[in-house]
Amino acid sequence: MSTEPAIRVEGLVKRFGDRTVVDHVSMDVNRGQITGFLGPNGSGKTTMIRVMCGLLTADGGTGTVLGYQLGRDTRRIKSEIGYMTQRFSLYEDLTIRENLAFVAGLYGLRPLRKVVDEVLEGLGLSSRQHQLAGALSGGWKQRMALAACVMHKPRLLLLDEPTAGVDPKARRDFWEEIHHLAAGGMTVLVSTHYMDEAERCHFVNYISYGKLVASGTVEEVIAHAGLTTFLLEGEMEKVTAAERMLRGMPGVAETAPFGTSLHVVGRDAAALKDSVQHVAAETGTRMSATETSLEDAFIRFMSEAQDNMA
Amino acid sequence: MSWFSLRRLRALLRKEVIQMRRDRITFAMMIGVPLMQLLLFGFAINNDPKDLPAALVAPTQDRYSRAIVTALEMTGYYRFDHITSSAAEAEALIERGAVSFVVTIPSDFDRRIDKGDNPQILIEADATDPAVASGAISTLGQVASEALLHESGQEAEAADAARSQLEVVVHRRYNPEGVTQYNIVPGLLGVILQMTMVMMTSMALTREVERGTMENLLAMPATGLEIMLGKILPYLGVGAVQVALVLSAAKALFGVPFVGSLWLLLTGVFIFVLSLVLLGYTISTAARTQMQAMQLTFFFFLPSLLLSGFMFPYRGMPVWAQVLGELFPLTHFLRMIRAVMLKGADLTNVSAPMAALVVFVLAYAGIALTRFRRTLD
Repeated sequence: MSTEPAIRVEGLVKRFGDRTVVDHVSMDVNRGQITGFLGPNGSGKTTMIRVMCGLLTADGGTGTVLGYQLGRDTRRIKSEIGYMTQRFSLYEDLTIRENLAFVAGLYGLRPLRKVVDEVLEGLGLSSRQHQLAGALSGGWKQRMALAACVMHKPRLLLLDEPTAGVDPKARRDFWEEIHHLAAGGMTVLVSTHYMDEAERCHFVNYISYGKLVASGTVEEVIAHAGLTTFLLEGEMEKVTAAERMLRGMPGVAETAPFGTSLHVVGRDAAALKDSVQHVAAETGTRMSATETSLEDAFIRFMSEAQDNMA
Repeated sequence: MSWFSLRRLRALLRKEVIQMRRDRITFAMMIGVPLMQLLLFGFAINNDPKDLPAALVAPTQDRYSRAIVTALEMTGYYRFDHITSSAAEAEALIERGAVSFVVTIPSDFDRRIDKGDNPQILIEADATDPAVASGAISTLGQVASEALLHESGQEAEAADAARSQLEVVVHRRYNPEGVTQYNIVPGLLGVILQMTMVMMTSMALTREVERGTMENLLAMPATGLEIMLGKILPYLGVGAVQVALVLSAAKALFGVPFVGSLWLLLTGVFIFVLSLVLLGYTISTAARTQMQAMQLTFFFFLPSLLLSGFMFPYRGMPVWAQVLGELFPLTHFLRMIRAVMLKGADLTNVSAPMAALVVFVLAYAGIALTRFRRTLD
């Protein structure tokens, strides 16, 4: 039982009309881990998560969540997982306390008053408990939403882009909380398109246009991309000129400027090296080899997927 | 996990009541709208207008004409503002709307009566609004012939005596004075309830969808039945307040008689309100936005107002319209409340409309529960 993954889906398909949003995706989410779910906007992340918590019915494929059959044991699944929606979906016209009491009531938590008191205290919102939830800032709303969906101590937590529109400090605190929950034995699946967040996950799945493109640890995913990366450094004009020259040269797949440096990424290491050396000499920029980042790998996956679509 | 849990229902109910209370404008409307409608409609609508301006064209002012005029005025419908001998002048009066009726008594009227011929009177009514004239016309023939009967008695003295004690009898059962309010006010209760109950509940789910809270609600372990009950039950409370308000006003302001059993009436009202909130909830399972819910509600309102017998007499409609009218809870409610309040009907007399209302409750609940989308598909 404990070795069985928290989520296992096989060949999952979801269509909206004639648009296939999730296209035969198979993946596991291991127990006790934080699994990142990555992909560009519109890649099907939210749809996948909704299928996994029973909010959408799949058009094909099978799956189990916490050992329960997807599409059959929906109500059991709902009562044992926590799901935090992308958009704030608690009631803005209820106070913080009333919202928490509502959620606690639906999960049948007792004694209600004490449970809510504890959560409020844990959040540090006891003094503001009678404020309307709509009056909270984005960061507080997000913390409150997280508190609301872990109140009933679910074994599995699904988070759909939880940190969208939240400042860096709040994001860091949020991730600390997630690691804390995972350390307590909770399995977490979190969708994001922030690379620094992906790097905080034990395991990542990359989905693009409804297809699973890569999965593994961060290192495995980077290695899987099979990319070589060079760094060109110099004054701004030189770097800009170098980027313009590199475009379309043999071996060059992607270029990405970072201030006064330029990441040049390619699959064919030898050809890439020739091109970069040539450009470095021409523009007078310094060249060095560097490690491929997760972002480089994902940008590559994205453009490859786009090429496949075309 | 069970299909129904009181604890979950309590959480849903508490949330709905708080939200309802906090939405001040809507809450004020739920109490204010009924009061306003009741006062406006109760005092303004009159299907049986009286004291209508009329013109009399009588070339000869004989005793028969005078008797008829007196008798007509005594019905309360006619007020002879203009007495003239010129048909053209009367024609002009009715044309510009100064009078609703022109009563023409021909010059050979008394001679024909004395000879025993069939005398004729011409009544021209401004029928642009048929409702205005109908009551007045309906009494006319009877009144006139009675007046003449008295007046053409053999002896002159007897005729004079008869004229002084001329009595006009208009017989209307259940509403002896023909007071429109007796009919309108109980009907208004139905219309007001229908308006507020259906509209409020029709937005129950669409509001959650539009505010984005539906996703979270569905992700939590609440069943369709619990969500439905949580949404509709608070409105039964609002309905109870409206019922108390309208019934008290009916008694205190309009003096509507109340001859039947209060408990029977309240039972009927309860079933009716239940059918309304369920109908509203059904609409909200079908609509995707609050706007659509509103449109669907109005799509339902108009025919139910027109075909239920609230605005126009049910029996006056063609058969197909009557059949359509049967499809609205309001139709059955009107039959029930008028029978109980005005006629003192007991359960056996109103079992048919009561049963119809129960059918609506079951049908709407069934449709709503099967239509309710447990997923976001």
